[in-house]
Amino acid sequence: MTLTASPDRNAPRKAVALISGGLDSMLAARVMQDHGISVEGINFYTGFCIEGHTQAIRNQTRERPKRNNALWVAEQLGIKLHLVDVIEEYKNVVINPKHGYGANLNPCLDCKGFMVGKAREWMEANQFDFIVTGEVIGQRPMSQRRDTMPIVARESGAFDRLLRPLCAKLLPPTLPEREGWVDRDRLFDFNGRSRKPQMALAAHYGFTDYAQPAGGCCFLTNAQYSNKLADLWETRGEKRYELEDILLLKVGRHLRPRPHFKLIVARDEGETNFLLGFRQRYTHLQATSHNGPLALIEGNASDDDLELAARLTARFGKGRDATQVTVAITDQAGRTHTRDVSPLTADAIPETWYL
Amino acid sequence: MTHHVLDARRLLCPMPVIRAQNTVARLAPGDTLEVQATDPGALHDIPTWCRVHGHEVLSTANVKGEVRVTLRVTHS
Repeated sequence: MTLTASPDRNAPRKAVALISGGLDSMLAARVMQDHGISVEGINFYTGFCIEGHTQAIRNQTRERPKRNNALWVAEQLGIKLHLVDVIEEYKNVVINPKHGYGANLNPCLDCKGFMVGKAREWMEANQFDFIVTGEVIGQRPMSQRRDTMPIVARESGAFDRLLRPLCAKLLPPTLPEREGWVDRDRLFDFNGRSRKPQMALAAHYGFTDYAQPAGGCCFLTNAQYSNKLADLWETRGEKRYELEDILLLKVGRHLRPRPHFKLIVARDEGETNFLLGFRQRYTHLQATSHNGPLALIEGNASDDDLELAARLTARFGKGRDATQVTVAITDQAGRTHTRDVSPLTADAIPETWYL
Repeated sequence: MTHHVLDARRLLCPMPVIRAQNTVARLAPGDTLEVQATDPGALHDIPTWCRVHGHEVLSTANVKGEVRVTLRVTHS
């Protein structure tokens, strides 16, 4: 074991807090500050984070700028935040989760163990004393249960240097509690899915503006997203992905009218602008006679497939009720041709095409 | 004191911030870094990161979809 601690016994103890950008981790870090602990935050970018790159997708003309909530939390708390790219390492967590998936393709228990393990490595490299998370017993059905919390502590290698201030009183005392670095009596016993205790503590600290992401901070807990990822693996014949793949799953309507090709259709101007950044690597379509979204084709489309894709693209534009819509189709070599097509009607698109 | 340029164009947030953070870690106090990005989120996120870590933001600009943030490293 290589766990280390601050060499100066009189120096404030130092904790690294996992900061997601949500309320719980914000509160956990703030509680530690109340105990006189020197806190720095750490945030991991997996590629599946809801926090990431939403700015680039959103309609910039209609919506106010999207902040990075983890950075915002750090600024509110007056702590440093270290952002860590774990995209490559995280693939193994998603593809081969030892503890399996949750309701969707969310490997929450493996994920938490992985992230606490990375935080432990950071703690050791930077001579911090312990790790803090905003976990609450019963908050999540897989990773935040009384019986799975010891698994995270053990498999991450953090053991009793992992402190969950919001539910610590319901768990065995950790090293920071036993050593008196923090006062166990001033920690909490939050339990279950109710948010009321957290909201009361937030009010106590004067936090009125905080993120409340529904379903957590990860796209993998989203059923529709998971369906699209499962489709990607199935059509690819293996569980494998690159960053670009999982970014595209976040954007647009995904329709698979044929087993060998998929159409990604932007839902608004923001998504069209986002997909434009990928157009050189995909055959893409857009109506020229009417306003309409950009659509990308993933897979190998025959001439008949292109006709169908053009009719689908026309369906989602302003020309959906027109008799005929002209659609420009550009292949990966940059060659463009146009087709006049009749837009598909809504009832001509089977539900099974939507991923 | 040296001026550096980081090309983070075509990267999506938070990658421009992460690249800026990792570059700053290798620079000396007083050095300046111009971060070029195309994700509009970088215009807000990089200055926030600078404030959080105590580095000085010298200028920000968004010209025709290209973000430029120049910062001065204040400590190692």
